[in-house]
Amino acid sequence: MLNIRREICGYCGACVSVCPEGALELIDAYLTVDSETCINCGICTKACPLGALEVINEV
Amino acid sequence: MKSEYDVLVIGGGPGGAVAAWTAARKGLSACLIEKRPAIGAPVRCAEGIGKKLLTDFLEPDPRWISADIKRARIVAPDGTQIQLKEDLAGAEVGYVLDRKFFDRELVWKASEAGADVFVKTRAVEPIIEDGILKGAVVESCGRRQEVRAQVTIAADGVESKFARWCGIETAVPVQELMSCVQYLVTDIDIDPASNDFYLGNEVAPQGYLWVFAKGERSANVGIGIPASKNMPGNRAKDYLDRFMAEHFPDGKIIECIFGGDPVCRPIDCTVSDGLMIIGDAARVVDPITGGGIGNAMITGRLAAEVAAKAIAAGDTSKAALMPYDVEWRASKMGQNLERNYKVKEFFIKLSDEKMNDLADSIANIDFAEFSVKALVLELIKRNPKMLFELRELKDALKH
Repeated sequence: MLNIRREICGYCGACVSVCPEGALELIDAYLTVDSETCINCGICTKACPLGALEVINEV
Repeated sequence: MKSEYDVLVIGGGPGGAVAAWTAARKGLSACLIEKRPAIGAPVRCAEGIGKKLLTDFLEPDPRWISADIKRARIVAPDGTQIQLKEDLAGAEVGYVLDRKFFDRELVWKASEAGADVFVKTRAVEPIIEDGILKGAVVESCGRRQEVRAQVTIAADGVESKFARWCGIETAVPVQELMSCVQYLVTDIDIDPASNDFYLGNEVAPQGYLWVFAKGERSANVGIGIPASKNMPGNRAKDYLDRFMAEHFPDGKIIECIFGGDPVCRPIDCTVSDGLMIIGDAARVVDPITGGGIGNAMITGRLAAEVAAKAIAAGDTSKAALMPYDVEWRASKMGQNLERNYKVKEFFIKLSDEKMNDLADSIANIDFAEFSVKALVLELIKRNPKMLFELRELKDALKH
């Protein structure tokens, strides 16, 4: 699952622009992820200039 | 908010504001919505713009101009500097804006011309009937309502979602999104009339780091690197922090902003039935500099002009809106975007060593014209031995 580290996130939208599924969105300048749509591909984790996103593999 | 307009503009940045402004001046009823609580804040931008681009739209005003730039410096990986000076005849170098006030000024112009403006209002869903866009469901301070429009203009920036909801793919390839971090730094020694660009794999791999003067002792110090280059310990912010520690250890950071900048080609088609896409949402950002304010305003104005004609003719189909797409691609802006994309593709493949050689070959020239073309032509002229590598660049200039 995608974890947003809110203490680091700058709510800039860089991740939103690369998400191939459109799962991320800035709502009221607050980053949200639609867990139904997110495929945990991790592309957004690369786009973030701050390292605020991480994909956590659940076992 | 009324439930029906001629034009609905989604996004209150420079592109959206100029679109609403132009539409209102053409006598259309226009509605501009901005999802953030304030116009122009927080803005994610290095704030540089060419003078000619700006003055095509409005007269410069000291209230929103932070610095009048007289020269630019490109610093190669080994420290070699290339000076680009403003020509006495007035060739364009640029201004560094204060976007908080600049964006408000543009929206004020739109509002003054008759457009309705709503902040903290976002589009949550397109209204599509028989495959044709008819406006959007918007949420304003928690209240949902339908806003129907003959033409909807998507000006929702780099994180654009609206066009995607209408079936147009707008995702930026991760290797073509520049991950950017910028600090507004005060109490530092800078040249207040210069914009500086630092290149090299140590400083900003496949991107650049900028120091844009914002006053006598303050500057926007920022960096953009391809998103695909971000690695733990080597993210855009890490590179910038290292630069700050080396160059401005005592600077006071009074603002930090982050964002993505698309340096891909523009999206394949910027119109569909009832929809027009402008600015960063259409990916009309200069692939070399990453600058997008001027292009957003150009596309905003053109989109509204074409929309006005289409509405007057009673036809807002994709075919009727298509002249917008055709015109901006054929314009100088469209041609420069394509040329600069090819030039960018060349430069990102260059090693630091080759970049140093190129910089060294032109280091002592004062460029009268601050343009990509002038720079590239000089490089080609002065590096006959590298002609094979530079062929790609030469070809790019032909188009």
